[in-house]
Amino acid sequence: MTGKRRYEAVVIGSSAGGLNALKTLFMGLDSGFRLPLIIVQHISPDSDNYLIHILNDLRKLRVKEADEKEIPMPGVAYIAPPNYHLLVEPDHSFTLTVDERVNYARPSIDVLFETAAEAYRHKLVGIILTGANSDGSKGLKRIKELGGLVIVQDPDTAEVDSMPRAAILATAVDHLLPLDEIATLLNKLEDEKK
Amino acid sequence: MKRNQDEQLENQDIEIRLLIEAIFQKYGYDFRNYSQAHIKRRILNRFVLSGLKNISEMIHEALCNHKFVDQILMDLSITVTEMFRDPGFYKALREEILPILQTYPFIKIWHAGCSSGEEVYSMAIMLKEEGLYGKTQIYATDFNPLIIKQAKEGIYPMNRIKDFTLNYQKSGGKRAFSDYYTSNGESARLLESLKKNIVFATHNLVTDSVFAEVNLVVCRNVLIYFDRGLQDKVIGLFVDSLPGGGVLCLGSKENLQFSAHYAQFNPLIANEKIYIKKYPN
Repeated sequence: MTGKRRYEAVVIGSSAGGLNALKTLFMGLDSGFRLPLIIVQHISPDSDNYLIHILNDLRKLRVKEADEKEIPMPGVAYIAPPNYHLLVEPDHSFTLTVDERVNYARPSIDVLFETAAEAYRHKLVGIILTGANSDGSKGLKRIKELGGLVIVQDPDTAEVDSMPRAAILATAVDHLLPLDEIATLLNKLEDEKK
Repeated sequence: MKRNQDEQLENQDIEIRLLIEAIFQKYGYDFRNYSQAHIKRRILNRFVLSGLKNISEMIHEALCNHKFVDQILMDLSITVTEMFRDPGFYKALREEILPILQTYPFIKIWHAGCSSGEEVYSMAIMLKEEGLYGKTQIYATDFNPLIIKQAKEGIYPMNRIKDFTLNYQKSGGKRAFSDYYTSNGESARLLESLKKNIVFATHNLVTDSVFAEVNLVVCRNVLIYFDRGLQDKVIGLFVDSLPGGGVLCLGSKENLQFSAHYAQFNPLIANEKIYIKKYPN
């Protein structure tokens, strides 16, 4: 393990209040942050890509919609497109599907987290942020089971606390933190493996 | 502990591959080049519902119990669709593509992977409103005979009609959507006259070949489930079905750009993933 890159990707799930939370998180990241971020933000099916524009305008990471078959690259943040599930294949490439909603959501955080957990195993970081339902808690549990690092936004600091609370009930989280400290932790994970 | 889990995952992946192989050998349905993560989710869902002890038991069940394999085929079918799904696409089709087709004496359309038929009937409605339906033949195909049966019936639950109507209006529909169905309160039955020029048939994009020359191929949200090799093979079928000037419509997140056949097409309406086949030099 020493001298070797420990983590290879970060998956993030957010729902109600997610735009502000993601902005705060991105602002806290070091410039030149290298781990790929793969993000499901619950979003209306006919939404345009305003989320991508807003996050790109922060000039922290390159932010783009996840394309089918795309392989995540270091230093890029990928957003699941509206009305599609985003899955990670064993070779880390993305699959998009139009399967039925999971937890009333498409994209669903559980679908991303569960498939990413199997693809990256112990080299994955999973983060649950603000939200009004319980999507993502099964997926976070799976990440933990397979040896990944699981982080949940401190519910007391979340715009809407149900999603973080559901995640805490589902699994023993490694870190319960406000957004700025999640960013600090991610920056540290970056440093450690250098 | 970790090692144990890795081994469990490895075993499960092997079992799933064997199940897929068994279904191919016994029934000829070939899911071997589908997205692995997708197949795994669907199979594990069925496994939980089945009450069987492990995936290997599913293999035996799939070989011996035809009802069970029908369920798996349904699980692996893409059944989520709606009438006038992505209204912007239908608007583009109506405003930009139908005027091209109108210049032809006879129009042939292949709707590949039509699932339960919603998008085929959307096409039929549009053609009717543009005065083209009378000279059109639509081939609507799917690999799953049970789904083709549903598509032929053209009956949809009333609770979906609200969304269909909204989509229809956004796509530039010219009449009241209720003109196209009769309702018994629970379900809506589409008009028989919409079915007149549609042939519904089973056709497997993975294992079957080209069956007709057509002017327009519609295949939306099917290729995303295939690996690159299979995508190329299926796009090859479309290349062989279309003459120069023929039109290919893909789903909004599908792209010809990475296909081996990309050089054969020009984007016609890039953001709606509508392509036109080049004329031979």
